[in-house]
Amino acid sequence: MLKLIIYVVGTIFVLVEGTLLAFVILYRRRKGERAAFVRGDSLRQLSWVLIPVVIVAFLDVAIDVMAKPVWELIKEQSPPPGLTVKLAALQFGWEFTYPGPDGKFGTPDDLVQTTFLTVPAGQVIRLLMTSKDVIHSFYVPQLRLRQDIIPGREIPAWFEATQPGKYEIACSQLCGISHFAMKGILRVLTPDEYKQWVSQHWPKSGAGPGKSASGARSSATGKEG
Amino acid sequence: MANSAVEIGIAHAPHEVPTSFELGKLGMWVFLAGETMVFGGLMGVFILVGISHGGWGPDGAHVNWLLGAFNTLILFTSSLTAALAQGAARVQDSPRAKRYLSATALLGVLFLVIKGFEYAGDFRDGFTPLAALFWSFYYVMTGLHVLHLFAGIVVLFGLMFMVTPRTPAGWLERKLKYVCLYWYFVEAVWVFLFALVYLAPTAG
Amino acid sequence: MAETSPEAVPSTEAHEQMGFWQRYLFSVDHKVIGKQYLFLGLFMGFVGVGLSFIFRWQLAWPGTAVPLWGKVTAPQYYEFVTMHGTIMVFFVAMPVLLGAFGNFLIPLMVGARDMAFPRLNATSFWTIFVGSVLLLLSFFVPGGGSRAGWTNYVPLSDASKYLPGTYWGGNLWLIAVAIDFASVLMGGINFLTTAIAMRAPGMTIWRMPLLVWEELVASVLFMLSVGPLIAGVVMLLFDRMVGTGFFLPDKGADPLLWQHLFWFFGHPEVYVVAVPGLGIAMEILPVFSRKPIFGYHAIVWSTLVAGTLSFTIWAHHMFVSGMDPTLAEPFSVTTVAISVPFAVILFCMIATLWRGQITLSTPMLFALGALANFILGGVTGIPLGTDASDIYLHDTYFVIAHFHNTLVPAAIIAGFGGIYYWFPKMFGRMMNDAWGKVHFIFTWVGFNMVFIPLFLIGLGGGQRRIYMSSVYTYYKPLQPLHVIATIGLIVIIVGQIPFLVNFFMSMFRGAKAPANPWNANTLEWATDSPPPHENFHAIPTVVRGPYEYSVPGMEQDWAPQAAAVESGAAQG
Repeated sequence: MLKLIIYVVGTIFVLVEGTLLAFVILYRRRKGERAAFVRGDSLRQLSWVLIPVVIVAFLDVAIDVMAKPVWELIKEQSPPPGLTVKLAALQFGWEFTYPGPDGKFGTPDDLVQTTFLTVPAGQVIRLLMTSKDVIHSFYVPQLRLRQDIIPGREIPAWFEATQPGKYEIACSQLCGISHFAMKGILRVLTPDEYKQWVSQHWPKSGAGPGKSASGARSSATGKEG
Repeated sequence: MANSAVEIGIAHAPHEVPTSFELGKLGMWVFLAGETMVFGGLMGVFILVGISHGGWGPDGAHVNWLLGAFNTLILFTSSLTAALAQGAARVQDSPRAKRYLSATALLGVLFLVIKGFEYAGDFRDGFTPLAALFWSFYYVMTGLHVLHLFAGIVVLFGLMFMVTPRTPAGWLERKLKYVCLYWYFVEAVWVFLFALVYLAPTAG
Repeated sequence: MAETSPEAVPSTEAHEQMGFWQRYLFSVDHKVIGKQYLFLGLFMGFVGVGLSFIFRWQLAWPGTAVPLWGKVTAPQYYEFVTMHGTIMVFFVAMPVLLGAFGNFLIPLMVGARDMAFPRLNATSFWTIFVGSVLLLLSFFVPGGGSRAGWTNYVPLSDASKYLPGTYWGGNLWLIAVAIDFASVLMGGINFLTTAIAMRAPGMTIWRMPLLVWEELVASVLFMLSVGPLIAGVVMLLFDRMVGTGFFLPDKGADPLLWQHLFWFFGHPEVYVVAVPGLGIAMEILPVFSRKPIFGYHAIVWSTLVAGTLSFTIWAHHMFVSGMDPTLAEPFSVTTVAISVPFAVILFCMIATLWRGQITLSTPMLFALGALANFILGGVTGIPLGTDASDIYLHDTYFVIAHFHNTLVPAAIIAGFGGIYYWFPKMFGRMMNDAWGKVHFIFTWVGFNMVFIPLFLIGLGGGQRRIYMSSVYTYYKPLQPLHVIATIGLIVIIVGQIPFLVNFFMSMFRGAKAPANPWNANTLEWATDSPPPHENFHAIPTVVRGPYEYSVPGMEQDWAPQAAAVESGAAQG
């Protein structure tokens, strides 16, 4: 989506600047010549401006129309999650709470870890985010995921990581002196690695945390608006 | 490029150009537009926060609406005396205008005194700005209004002292045109405040 | 309006009899006040650029010692970044564009002898002076200046525990900004009253120069948008100093409230800066193309539409803020819509060049450079204003590059153009044009060296307000771009040296300027350079619009707005 917009506006940019440059070069002052007396007040003359403007307006509308479903998918809807993780942002770190095999939060099998968010590849992960102090923002550049976290609310986000690997999590809203150092690591594991990780932390269980239960579970989203 | 203003020959205007609007009044209107946004902003936020809390509930029930109502009457009366002062100034009756101006200013002072008692009473009952969000808004909004009223009173007293028998005719009339405009504005703000901060929370 | 009564003959002498204090320091003459604003704005501008030099050095070569400063700590970095933004927007762009150019030019351009309220005018300057002092003072109070970003989001800026040590810095920040707002409001009262009520005979509103229109729209935008933020500033000061909880979630408040209040003002505010800057360019382009501005009426109407629309788009700063996502869509539509009136304005400005007789003087170079970069700023606003693409770009260097490509062309590049253009009128002397061109090249090339890399950093995911980017591996490939940008800044800084020398030397030793060195039409050029204390020997009568250049059938290619008299009878 972004690439498309950049190409469109890039084209507009090149055309407009090109016209500007051309005029500056073409119409340099020459001895004995006079400028054309063009006021641009009649509709006929103004149409030279208005028609390009209409084209720009049309492109703008097109961009908005195309962007709408993208936005809705990312921010308003969410595919059914395979795993839900709670996240608490604080000055200056990240705290992740996994629901454990029972899929529920607030039970003894919950697991709290700092800095590292471990998830399986290929599954929709749902995050429920809170802040313990000021506004932070959960940002994973490679996932194109960014969401500010406001203290006093629980804010949802979701993603699906397809490539296993380690990705950096950064805070994307100035939150204090060590805002720049508030780094987390998103570990996306292959299914095998993930099974290993699960059995490491929940030795008695067979299934992964929340695989079956979280589809039915919907946490209360915070006050919005 | 050896032109000078002389050679262009600026057409000579026989008198200084009369202004198309009275400057003081126009300036005051512009000023009041900005002020409206300040008070409007505060009130708007107060309303929105109140709505999002589902009303101010018990926090708002303890405003002294009786004193508030009395103060409203005081300000209404002061607007009347201000208008009478303008009327007197229009017919160049400076002594009468000054009397009405002092009545206006004194009513303003009375408002401030009553407000002082009201604040003291609220504090005594534990309703400080920190008591609840409602009270924080209450003190900021009424406090800002108090500051504006105080400024208006100072200007009124200043005007009274500046008017002497040697003051040129029409001077007071021109000044009052925009000074009284300010006074009416401060009173209008109070009317809204009264409704928002006194009546609405206690009625609910 | 008896504040400045025109003296009989010759007024300059009577004016000279006033003491130094009254004449230079506490003058109520709008021309003096305009220059005071200019000097203050230039000074604060150099402070702001100095701050950017320090933090840009840190960004390019993290951990090394900055020349003339030493190593930068994280608290210092955030303090400088915060103050840079605050100073540049509130204490440079507004004082220069509104206070300096607006004050100096509006009475001259409409044919008045001074502003409607000269003493209020002087007060407005001294108010912003006090505000500037307070802001600079905040650097030196215990704990230093505010570190919460120029946007000052809560709760970070609300309670000292989140930013330890900046109690007084944060309070002074709020107070200084509020004082700045008061000053601009006072100025707006003068601009509007003067332009509405004190125009010379024949100066209908459709004959006003476009710069006057733009200054008026800017004043109205400011006046109508700043109120809620003043309310917010008072509330935040109460939170910080009295302990209320207007913005604290633990006391039941919503931190997003600050963002709404800030941006409801913040968005119109950037147009308060942008439109006068464009207005300056609109004055320069016709003169150096010898052509009327293309589409005067279209530009005026588009400015009004853009100004009105600017009140409906503020939440595009808050797309990912946690506000209700369904709100993002209407704001996305309105934001992208505002590109339409701006497109009209920019295209009209380009069309002005078509079939002109263009002279690339220093003012013209700056005006063209401003136009070129403003176009870049404008198109890069589209991906930011579209909600979906903003998810990736929000809070990255793309945003920084976008707003610097709109605000800087308007305030600084066009501002420089205005300085070179009106310097003869202000100081009665000509600036050196050759050195002006050197200044332009360094400034404009350097500027693009700084910000084009920043666009790329943002596209690469580099977020802003990061003191030490080496913390993140994804930042590594972007690091060379930071180096290029800092070198660009050094180019800009070096380029200001010829400007400063030119500016001050020309003031005292430049060639004496004629009344109308550029053969321009607007009324300020119909009086002496510099104008006499009472502006005009006689109030002109206006007979035509401001951009009648190269009128067919006229011998000279320009037609001053005021009536011409056949015989060269000496006046005054």
